[in-house]
Amino acid sequence: MPPAPAIAVADLVVDRGKKPVLKSVSTEIAPGTVTGLLGPSGSGKTTFIRAVVGTQKVKGGTVTVLGEPAGAKPLRGRVAYVTQDASIYRDLSVKANVAYFAALYGRDRHEAMRAIERVGMGDHADKLAGNLSGGQKTRTSLACALVIEPEVLVLDEPTVGLDPVIREELWDQFRALAAGGATLLVSSHVMDEADRCDRLLLLREGQFIADDTPAALRESTGTANLEAAFLHLIRELEGAR
Amino acid sequence: MSLRITFITAGRILRQLLNDHRTVGLILAVPALIIALISAIMDDAPQVFDKTGLILLAAFPFMLMFMITSITLLRERTGGTLERLMTTPTGKLDLVVGYALAFGTAAAAQTAVAAGVAFLWLGLDTAGPTWAVFLICIVTSLFGMALGLFVSAFATTEFQAIQFMPVFVVPQLFLCGLIWPADQMAGWLQGVSDALPLTYAVKALAEVQAHTEVTSDMWADLAVVLGAVVVATVLGAATLRRRTD
Repeated sequence: MPPAPAIAVADLVVDRGKKPVLKSVSTEIAPGTVTGLLGPSGSGKTTFIRAVVGTQKVKGGTVTVLGEPAGAKPLRGRVAYVTQDASIYRDLSVKANVAYFAALYGRDRHEAMRAIERVGMGDHADKLAGNLSGGQKTRTSLACALVIEPEVLVLDEPTVGLDPVIREELWDQFRALAAGGATLLVSSHVMDEADRCDRLLLLREGQFIADDTPAALRESTGTANLEAAFLHLIRELEGAR
Repeated sequence: MSLRITFITAGRILRQLLNDHRTVGLILAVPALIIALISAIMDDAPQVFDKTGLILLAAFPFMLMFMITSITLLRERTGGTLERLMTTPTGKLDLVVGYALAFGTAAAAQTAVAAGVAFLWLGLDTAGPTWAVFLICIVTSLFGMALGLFVSAFATTEFQAIQFMPVFVVPQLFLCGLIWPADQMAGWLQGVSDALPLTYAVKALAEVQAHTEVTSDMWADLAVVLGAVVVATVLGAATLRRRTD
C-alpha cells in the first residue's frame, strides 16, 4: 500500500470575484517528494498554493495536508510557506528577520544563523532587508521558512531573478530536504526547473492539463523536452475543442 | 493566545521602530517642542496653558499611535508578512497585543519626555498626581492604537491611511474640548462630543487638574476610554483574516 499522501486536493474550486480561478482540480502529492507546479502567470498557481497553506477562501472541494484540513492549527508548526514576493520586514536586518520567525517556532539564534548560511546569506546577515537585491530578499524569505525545518514546504516561484549558481544550489537543497522526508510543492514558470521535480502538475486556465512524472510526460507526448511537452498538451486540448 | 509569542512579536515591532532613528527622534522630541510652543503662545495665561497643555499631553500619543499603527499594519497587510504570520503559530490576539505592548512602550516614552518638559520646565500645574496624568495618556494612546488597527483594514495604500487621520482623529480632537469647551458647544455637538471616546480622556484629565485626590469620576471616565480600547481592539482583530480572497 502506498503511503498516505502528504497533500490531497479533491475537487477544489476557487472563485475570485465572479471569475473562476480553479475549476475543480484534484491531485495527491506523496510525502518525501518535490512536486513542480507549472503554468503561465495567471493560470492559478498562487491561488492553488494559497489553498494548500490555508490562506485562500475556497468555494468547494477539500484540501488535506498531513491528514488535517489545510490551514488547521496543528499544521502551523509543520507547514512553511514562502510567498512570491519576499514576505520579510524591510526595516529589520536579515538576522533579525530570520531570528523572529525562528523564535515563533521556539528555535534559537544559532538555528537562525544556520538557515541564513544555508541560503548563502551569511555575509549579509547584518544588512537591512530593505537594502537587499531582489534575489537576496527571496533567499532571506526562504531562510525564514527553512529555519523551522518544515514537514511540508510550499514555495511560490522561489527562484525568480536568482543567479543560476544560487538557483542550482537551492534546487540541491530542495532535493536534500525531500531526501530527508519533507514534502515540497514548488511553483515555477521556468520549464528547465521541471526536470528537478519528481512529479509535475501543469496548470492552465484553472485546470490541471497534466499530473505525471517528467519522464512519463515526455514519453506520452513524444517530445524531447518539457517545454515541448507542455505545448503539445495545450495544442491537443485546443484541437479537441 | 501565547504570552511567549506575544512578547516575541512586541520585540520584533519595537526593533523595527528602533531601526528607524529619525522616527524615534520625531516621536520623542516633537510633542515636547509643540507643547513648549503652545506654552510660549499662552505665556500671559498660565491657567489656559494648564488646560490646553494637559490635553495635548494625551492628544499627542493618541495621534502617534493611530498613525504608526495604521501605517505599520497596512504594511503587514500589503507586504505579505501578515499572510505569512497567519500560517505560523501566531494568533490574532498575539499580534494585536504585541502591537499594543510595543507601541504602548513608545507612547510611554513619548509621554515621559513631553510630561517631563511640561511639568518641570514649562510649569504645567495640576492639583492631582502626575501618575494619574500618565495613566490617562497611556490608555488614550492605546485607544489610538486600536483605532489605527481597525482603520488599517479599510486602507489599501499609505496615502489612504494618512487620509483617515482627518476622518477619525481630527473631529475627536476638535470636539473633545481642546479648542473649545464641550459644554459651550451647540446641543447636538455636545451629543456628538459625548459619543467620542477622546472626550472622556479629556474629562478624566480635568478631574486630575481640579482635585488633589484621584476621584471616582476620573476612574469612570477612564473606564469609558478603556472600554473603547477593548471594542476597537476586538473590531480590529476581526479585520485580521486568516483566509482571504
